[in-house]
Amino acid sequence: MTDLTDLEVEADRFTAYKEIDTGYRAVRWHEKTLYEQSRPGTVNDILPAVEPALAAEMAEVLDGLPLEARRAVPPALPELTEPEILRHYIRCSQMTFGYDSGSNVGVGTCTMKYSPRLDEQLAGLPKVTDLHPLQPEESLQGVLEIMYSMRNWLCELGGMDEVTFQPRGGGHGAYTNACVMRAYHHSRGEDFRDEIITCAVSHPCNPAAAAAAGYKVISLYPDPVTGEIGIDALQAAISPRTAGIMVTAPYDTGVFDSKIAEYARLVHEAGGLVSLDQANFNGVMTRLRAGDLGADMVHFNLHKTFSTPHGSYGPGAGAVAVKRQFVAFLPVPLVSFDGSGYHLDYNLAHSIGKVGTFFGMVPNVVKAYAYVLAMGSDGLRAASEWAVINNNYLIRKLLEVRGLDISFPNRRKLQEARFTLRKLYEDTGVSTTDFNYRLADFGVAAYFESHVPRIIDEPMTPEPTEGQSRDDLDRFIGAFHQISEEAYTVPDVVRTAPHRCIVRREIHDYESLTEVPFTWRVWNKQHRDAGGE
Amino acid sequence: MTTTFTHRFIPNSSPGVREEMLAEIGVGSVEEIYEEIPAELRFTGELNLPRDPLSEANVARVVKSILEKNRTTADYLCFVGAGCYDHYAPALLAEVMGRSEFLTAYAGIEVTDHGRFMAMFEYQSMMGDLLDMDVVGSAVYDGATASGDALQMASRVAGRRELVLTQNIDLDRLKVMLNYIGSWFDVTYVRDDPVTGTVDLDELREKVSENTAAVYIENPGYLGVVQTRPEEISRIAHEKGALLIVSVNPASLGVLAPPGQYGADIACGDGQPLGLPMACGGARLGILACRNEHKFVHSLPMLMVGILRTQVPGERAYTWHALFDRIFYGTREEARSISGTSSFLMALGAGVYMALLGPKGMRDLGVANMQKAAYAMGRLDSLAGVKAPVFSGPHFNEFLVDFSGTAKTVAEINRALLDRGILGGKDVSTELPRLGQVALYCVTENRTQSEIDRLVRSIDEVIR
Repeated sequence: MTDLTDLEVEADRFTAYKEIDTGYRAVRWHEKTLYEQSRPGTVNDILPAVEPALAAEMAEVLDGLPLEARRAVPPALPELTEPEILRHYIRCSQMTFGYDSGSNVGVGTCTMKYSPRLDEQLAGLPKVTDLHPLQPEESLQGVLEIMYSMRNWLCELGGMDEVTFQPRGGGHGAYTNACVMRAYHHSRGEDFRDEIITCAVSHPCNPAAAAAAGYKVISLYPDPVTGEIGIDALQAAISPRTAGIMVTAPYDTGVFDSKIAEYARLVHEAGGLVSLDQANFNGVMTRLRAGDLGADMVHFNLHKTFSTPHGSYGPGAGAVAVKRQFVAFLPVPLVSFDGSGYHLDYNLAHSIGKVGTFFGMVPNVVKAYAYVLAMGSDGLRAASEWAVINNNYLIRKLLEVRGLDISFPNRRKLQEARFTLRKLYEDTGVSTTDFNYRLADFGVAAYFESHVPRIIDEPMTPEPTEGQSRDDLDRFIGAFHQISEEAYTVPDVVRTAPHRCIVRREIHDYESLTEVPFTWRVWNKQHRDAGGE
Repeated sequence: MTTTFTHRFIPNSSPGVREEMLAEIGVGSVEEIYEEIPAELRFTGELNLPRDPLSEANVARVVKSILEKNRTTADYLCFVGAGCYDHYAPALLAEVMGRSEFLTAYAGIEVTDHGRFMAMFEYQSMMGDLLDMDVVGSAVYDGATASGDALQMASRVAGRRELVLTQNIDLDRLKVMLNYIGSWFDVTYVRDDPVTGTVDLDELREKVSENTAAVYIENPGYLGVVQTRPEEISRIAHEKGALLIVSVNPASLGVLAPPGQYGADIACGDGQPLGLPMACGGARLGILACRNEHKFVHSLPMLMVGILRTQVPGERAYTWHALFDRIFYGTREEARSISGTSSFLMALGAGVYMALLGPKGMRDLGVANMQKAAYAMGRLDSLAGVKAPVFSGPHFNEFLVDFSGTAKTVAEINRALLDRGILGGKDVSTELPRLGQVALYCVTENRTQSEIDRLVRSIDEVIR
């Protein structure tokens, strides 16, 4: 990719508007980093003052530290006043496209849905924020009750018997399941089971979690027509070394594998276990219970299906639910109820120990609990229906866009779908990435292309969820029509996009990550070495 | 369910929309789409869940009434830490972390989310300054998983099979680390000097060999002791070609030597002390940092926000798209890394904290914690039968108190303190039986002198 000349940039920004106008323009502050705004010597008086008498008595406390144990040079942190810092972050937030900023139709596998603000307020109450996890149980009865109720509800929704909230994200949940499998087989003297089977259109956290737990991974590919792995392929992969299968259901393609219960049976017959990734649960709430399909364990993403905010990329919460025979392997503690009070139960015979600190992301459990209350089972069922209706409406309309096709066209999709822009690319040279950058010019969140491996060429994976209105969907569809037309008539507009966003496209022209500054001190060093920016 | 069901979170549930959209799709009802799922797999029973939706007001009432059953650190004077700390939370953190754009953003690319990635780059930068390390990753789940990630990283970088761990690690954290270690490493432990509480250097020299992949220490250690010879520890590890991994408390680094100063190769820790809420141990930030050398950076098992150039000369793209092959988004199982959705919002909050405090504030924070903890240790030690601290080495804000010389157990003392509205230190007498009736106390800048005096008076009453 070549640099744009200054002239081209100017042309873009001031003369060529008519061609590329989308009715949207991103807020673009010329905001410098905090470091570039820093004025040495500036201080903010934030902390509680140390009482003078105490300070005087303890004035020599640092003297007990040998020199090598003391900080030699103060950290080179920026020095700015409080209002300047707030202004900086406000400007940064204005240059960020959150869920609430506008249409988030395209972000497949992410389940972008509305995060109720009441839930933020509730989880932000001192009754949640000012709890120490090592307080005695009787002083934590409120949060334990909420965790226990949420546990019961997830057991119902998943057809499972016990839940741990310790994992702090989906990948962490999948990892917990892989550790449970490892411990289970170990307890039976079957450490020879060292392979886990997955599907290439299951979320990559599944094979990664298996590998991190020490397993070899066998990836099966979906049949090009049905989108399913198929009995034969699975049977060929199963062996005495099979520890289990870890797959997403439905797949990231939006296809529900109709043989899933049969796979579970086959894996069980071979002595393996079945772990279902419920990251894509949003289209099937109350209609599909993993336990009924034969799953031994699942993980739910509270930050997806259960509406807790995505937080710019966490903190999330990956609740793991298991069938009765795997409870003894879960991380400790579990929350239990004896009829009068709630308890933290550390007494599990084969526990894998811990996968994270304390009891997990408690505030997110409070938020998810409030969400389920607000929905009820009727509301959860309706939310799933709407996720499916919105997605199928989107599919129907997007297939009218020139150059767009859908993968596995003979299959109806549930909550998301994987499209291909291969025809558009072959016709015009406009790639899915070009298309996506142009989409950002419309004040619409960029779409998710695909996880790897990219078995679908020039992919695009939208997931509208129930949280979008028909207007949102139509705006997204309208943008697709306009961009497609541009691709066929003025492809350079698309190939050089974005034009209405905060910055232009990044250029990847490094060989080692050591050339990319990940901190300001490295940026500074590189530019000092190079003699200025 | 009737097709007239409406819900405040579902825009299209307004009357009439459903029929129009189903007609556009070309189905009579949504059930036709669900036929993708074989009938025998579809759940048709009744779920034991609240069935009807609640109004916002009713949700608020129900949840608040349950939360009322909690007692908080407003009800109890908090002298417990052990991985979760009662520090002052500046107002700006909640403001910034509550901004809708940061709160609800997720995937995003450099051209739409410039501000969020810039703020993350600044977090990494400020954490780099605090740690004195050149490369900092975005965020992992928490301090325990950060330690686990650091060890897995070492397994890739070092190409050796043995690991030397400091002996006194919080058992909960150690359990996480052992899960992460799996069968990649053979682990040996190096003891602490029984008098000073710092790493026993002689034993460290014996245990570290040409087979050692990494030495892992904590500074301050789990029991509060600050390492007095960090440079020597670093030398011992490096002389045998082993890596040095250090887990730190970031709130200490305005006064204590940062890991980069004594040559740590990988630094890790938990960012909660940087003004983030305790939230029952929930709101965490795993910190991970390393040298700016190819083999290290390419092994960091997490997203990182860096600066790339753009098509416009002089323009910066703040991006997390640099070389995904370190993480599962790039290479699935080959990445052997499990960190996806992690803890960005907490990192943004920690960034605000470091910016607000600046170099002087971070030093003041460290000094205040050390002074108040030292004051508390001195007063407690003056009580008959009480020894504080147990170890002679320097301490940051945590220390062991030995009640063995009193007639009471830690459990009894903590129970009596609770009746007086005080959360005593973590009871570690079962975890560390060789040390007797010991509790791990924590005194942060948030405790006043009179509150510390109240603790001391209360303990004096309780042990009589």
